[in-house]
Amino acid sequence: MSNTLASKRDFDIKKFLSQNSIWLVLVIMVIGLQIVSPVFLSTNNLRTMLEGESIKGILAFGIMWTILSKGIDLGAGSIVALVSVITASLVQPIGVANKLFPEMAALPGWAAAIVGIAIGALIGAIVGTIIAYTKIPPFIATLGTQLICRALAKIYSTQPVSNLSPDFRIFAKGKLFEIIPSIVIIFLIIFAISGFMLTQTRFGKNIYAIGGNDHAARVAGINVERNLIKVYIWSAVCAAIGGVLLAARTGSADPSTYGLNYELDAIAAATIGGTSHTGGVARISGVLAGILVLGVINNGLVLLSVDDNMSNVIKGIIIVGAVIIDMRKNAAKK
Amino acid sequence: MSEEYVLEMHDIVKEFPGVKALKGVQLKVRPGTVHALMGENGAGKSTLMKCLIGIYKATSGKIIFQGQEVSFPNTLSAMQAGISMIHQELSPVMERSVCENVWMGREPRKGIRVDHKKMRQDCRELFQKVGLDLDPDEKMGNLTVAKMQMVEIAKAVSFDSSGGIMDEPTSALTESEVEHLFKIIEDLKSKNVAIIYISHKMDEIFRISDEITVYRDGEYIASDRAENLNIDKLITLMVGRTMDKMFPKIECPIGETVLKVEGLSSGRAFHDVSFELRRGEILCFAGLVGAGRTEIAETIFGMRTRTAGKIYKEGKELHIKCPEDAISNKIGMLTEDRRGNGIIGLLSVAENTVLANLKKYGFPLSHSKIRADASDFVNKLNVKTPNLETPIANLSGGNQQKTLVARWLLIDPDILIVDEPTRGIDVGAKAEIHSLITKLAAEGKAIIMISSELPEVLGMADRVLVMHEGTMTGIVDREDATSEIIMKYATGETAPQS
Repeated sequence: MSNTLASKRDFDIKKFLSQNSIWLVLVIMVIGLQIVSPVFLSTNNLRTMLEGESIKGILAFGIMWTILSKGIDLGAGSIVALVSVITASLVQPIGVANKLFPEMAALPGWAAAIVGIAIGALIGAIVGTIIAYTKIPPFIATLGTQLICRALAKIYSTQPVSNLSPDFRIFAKGKLFEIIPSIVIIFLIIFAISGFMLTQTRFGKNIYAIGGNDHAARVAGINVERNLIKVYIWSAVCAAIGGVLLAARTGSADPSTYGLNYELDAIAAATIGGTSHTGGVARISGVLAGILVLGVINNGLVLLSVDDNMSNVIKGIIIVGAVIIDMRKNAAKK
Repeated sequence: MSEEYVLEMHDIVKEFPGVKALKGVQLKVRPGTVHALMGENGAGKSTLMKCLIGIYKATSGKIIFQGQEVSFPNTLSAMQAGISMIHQELSPVMERSVCENVWMGREPRKGIRVDHKKMRQDCRELFQKVGLDLDPDEKMGNLTVAKMQMVEIAKAVSFDSSGGIMDEPTSALTESEVEHLFKIIEDLKSKNVAIIYISHKMDEIFRISDEITVYRDGEYIASDRAENLNIDKLITLMVGRTMDKMFPKIECPIGETVLKVEGLSSGRAFHDVSFELRRGEILCFAGLVGAGRTEIAETIFGMRTRTAGKIYKEGKELHIKCPEDAISNKIGMLTEDRRGNGIIGLLSVAENTVLANLKKYGFPLSHSKIRADASDFVNKLNVKTPNLETPIANLSGGNQQKTLVARWLLIDPDILIVDEPTRGIDVGAKAEIHSLITKLAAEGKAIIMISSELPEVLGMADRVLVMHEGTMTGIVDREDATSEIIMKYATGETAPQS
């Protein structure tokens, strides 16, 4: 047996289906929805749906790393708020109404975006360091980020920051080939980067190992602390990108409502996509599917004009169900 | 004193997957006596006791307690029947009070409410009975380990058992507390309670036991009254076996010193350990469980803080703070706890193989190179796995171990530390690992091997470093090493200073 395995890679249909069951669910949902509501697959509707899910999706590609490392990031939504108000305040042209800093000239859009992302990275580095070195539960540490960043956003600006410069709004408003919104392009780029890091770099392998068994990872010479800090930086950077895009898309930034509960949707997407909360299991394609499934549910419930509260009930059931199935799948391996 | 036995265990067999831990052993205990169980680590003493009180279910065999055949489904029913056990490892609930710990699971009640007053009162009486001066409301976590052990003993007494099992009860006690414990034991004896006493400390055994039963490798060896035995006779019974041919030692030239350790200490785990390790040499750490052998290895490998001493590799002082540092100095360590800090169960055989060496595969990672290396070692070490993508958790213990050996070979270590490399794996894989380690030594690597199995130590080692309770008691060369000498040092006798 051992001599023949050299480089043979069997294709196992059962394994393939079990790993990709979420895509199957997605296809079924799309077909079903198309039958009940024929506008579903129209270009317009698809674009609206993707645009709407992109920002939470970007958050999910960050948060999945924290879950993979046996942690969580509850701060992402508040980072969206903080970064969006700060970047927005930097791109208000002189002379517009309610300008936060009336005397300050607007920064170029790209510079403001970089500032926003840098702020995200800094927050991630701080919370990551706290988690890695004090060993406090990530749930608590990031609950702290959630409260603090939301409050900082409100302190920074007591009211919404609006009238943003067009060269900043282009990040979300541009279109590729006149049809694909730039926000969706950025979503796909983050997907690609996250996936690349996960499977093609030492960093990704290290996080799988840490999530699977951090003691063993340490013995194998992996610097657990440094890697955890990187994870929380990445998650916060994703949230910051989300914040920049949300401001760019809406042309405004409201410190009290922006990003509210985004982290929960992102966690839900990562979870439905098979990211295990016991650590060590995640697939980027699963998370992509999870984001799309949530998007289709959101969109479908709107198309079917299901009441908002009811749609949350349905989402809740789907998330819990997904985790039950996922735990059973992984229980045998641990 | 009645001549009949309060407890008889006949032909007890206990099999674990791949290992036969007990091969049909017996034990007969008279009421009102202290019956000592002796044997090396892994002889089966603790396993036998766990079968008795229902932690394990014996594969076959008969247990007769107070004239009736019994089989306890769990420890609680054993306690209710009158057998309580003081475990080797304590498991108190640190955040609750002493008295809640004592009465846990059987709190006195008034209606549906817990009767805290009675609980406290009973606790005070109990402590008085055993002469323990403690506040029942003190938090368990505030006590010293020794005091916790005494609480544990008091708890066992509180069951009014007719049989008590003490597994290494004195391991954490100071001398005066040991005296205290012995008084309690005398007191219990006078109440016709039978006590099964497991200890590695010879002086204790001969002081308090009436009868001694010896086990070896899961087999019953002998049983006799204590006055008919002495330390030498007992050691011979414990280790006296013919050496099997499992250890294919290759004689190879021993080269220059690679590792030099001077006065190494780590907290209370061990202190002032010095030795040298040379190329091509297998240095074994022998000693009983808790002697500090693993801790020395962990300190060298950076898993544990060094509180004193120096470590040199090839004449250069090392400052290792974490395993990462050790690995970059070409030191590898196969840890004792394969599941706890060895394998990453969810990851594949290939990923587990290359884990300590990911730097080698560049950016982006070269998956084809990873697969090539993994498959190379899987073939070389004869790891039996369906394919390289199989999660390592699905492999047998021996094959997991071989994968982990591959992980360390991949860093091309100068020094390889292997801690209990053959624990819990089947005989075939054991022999493969032995020959692998010997071959590595022959290739000029320096090996530190920690083993609790004397035959393994005697068969493999070029030199044996013996530890006893955190102190180095001797270093023995291969030609002088016998079971008796090692056992003597391991139980506390120090080597004559030369």
